Amino acid sequence: MSATFEPVIGRYMHLELFGRPHRIYVEEAGAGTPLLCLHTAGSDGRQYRALMNDERVTARHRVIAFDMPWHGKSSPPAGWHNEEYQLTSAQYTAMILEVVAALELDRPIAMGCSIGGRIALHLALEHPESFRAIIGLQAGAHVDPYYDLNFLHRPDVHGGEVAAAIVSGLVGPDAPDAERWETLWHYMQGGPGVFKGDLHFYKVDGDIRDRVAQIDTGKCPLFLLSGEYDYSCTPEETLAVAGSIPGCEVAIMKGLGHFPMSENPAEFLKHLLPVLEKIGKRGTRPAEKVAGAG
Amino acid sequence: MIETLKARVNEDEALVRRGRFLTTTFLIEVGSTAWLIQIFEGRVVSVLRGPFVMPSSSFALRAAEEEWQKFWLSRPPPGSNDLMALIKRRVLKAEGNLQVFMANLRYFKEVLAKPRQTGAAA
Repeated sequence: MSATFEPVIGRYMHLELFGRPHRIYVEEAGAGTPLLCLHTAGSDGRQYRALMNDERVTARHRVIAFDMPWHGKSSPPAGWHNEEYQLTSAQYTAMILEVVAALELDRPIAMGCSIGGRIALHLALEHPESFRAIIGLQAGAHVDPYYDLNFLHRPDVHGGEVAAAIVSGLVGPDAPDAERWETLWHYMQGGPGVFKGDLHFYKVDGDIRDRVAQIDTGKCPLFLLSGEYDYSCTPEETLAVAGSIPGCEVAIMKGLGHFPMSENPAEFLKHLLPVLEKIGKRGTRPAEKVAGAG
Repeated sequence: MIETLKARVNEDEALVRRGRFLTTTFLIEVGSTAWLIQIFEGRVVSVLRGPFVMPSSSFALRAAEEEWQKFWLSRPPPGSNDLMALIKRRVLKAEGNLQVFMANLRYFKEVLAKPRQTGAAA
């Protein structure tokens, strides 16, 4: 078999974040409306590999995924070796806006999963003018801890093994084996304490329960898609968020779990493509109609 | 269901290999029935049914019988498909030295999914 290449291009971007220089890995494919994709806690941008290889998406969208600092091929900032990594809402928001500015993206669609879905709610509330639409995957307003997070980072438990084992049941039952284990491999490759540091945002700092109802979908359309088998962010939790935000569109994806874009791309795209089409049609309307579309 | 563990685990070479650094005894309660499961280097060497007077184990997993029955369906419903899902719903209690459990979490998930008809990993 001769070698083939994917249309995905990766580059390293040097960018100052939180007052410190960072080396950030950015992948992209396609052309058109920018679609900025945010990975889950403890993983990286490879979760969006299938979207970047699907012409139904890339024909009209410039699909972009960056690895957050400390994740994937992005480095932690110099000095990291004496620090405890803990992601906060303020850092996460600033990072996304800085990346959007650095790449000169014109009001991209933001799509994030899990912690990315949570920050999507923060963006919808605080920066609706910066995005033409926001898609939250597995997005809930809060998750209570249900295991001792210290097990994720201690010398007598292998961090990669336990991270993957913690999340393995969050993959839906219909995921093809290759995609299931690719998804878990990303978790096995996470740096020490990084998954735990992300969960600081997910389970402590990023709680948005008391503000989520203030999201104005007239300013920026909001779509929530959640997998049926996700027990971290349950369908009930996503439906509760959607129910509290007028104009929010929501769908529960049968048979899918917590990592729809990575665990079962073929099924996920059946739900995502109509959403992208809807967003595309809104984009062609006059601005005042978009503002009133809700 | 639990009685099948010894044969089903020990015939799975990959699972036994992943557990090769694990030697321990853990306790499962299925409703009011207790079981002690002894592991030696990844192989199940004994499955003993209670009641016990003074059972010694590194850790214990306790859930109602109907929760285990749902967990052991060939396609468990959402919320019953994984040990962590049961723990999140507060219907499975994990107690004792949980370092042993967490350091070998994939192993224990796959062992306890063995009673499923498909034998698929959780």
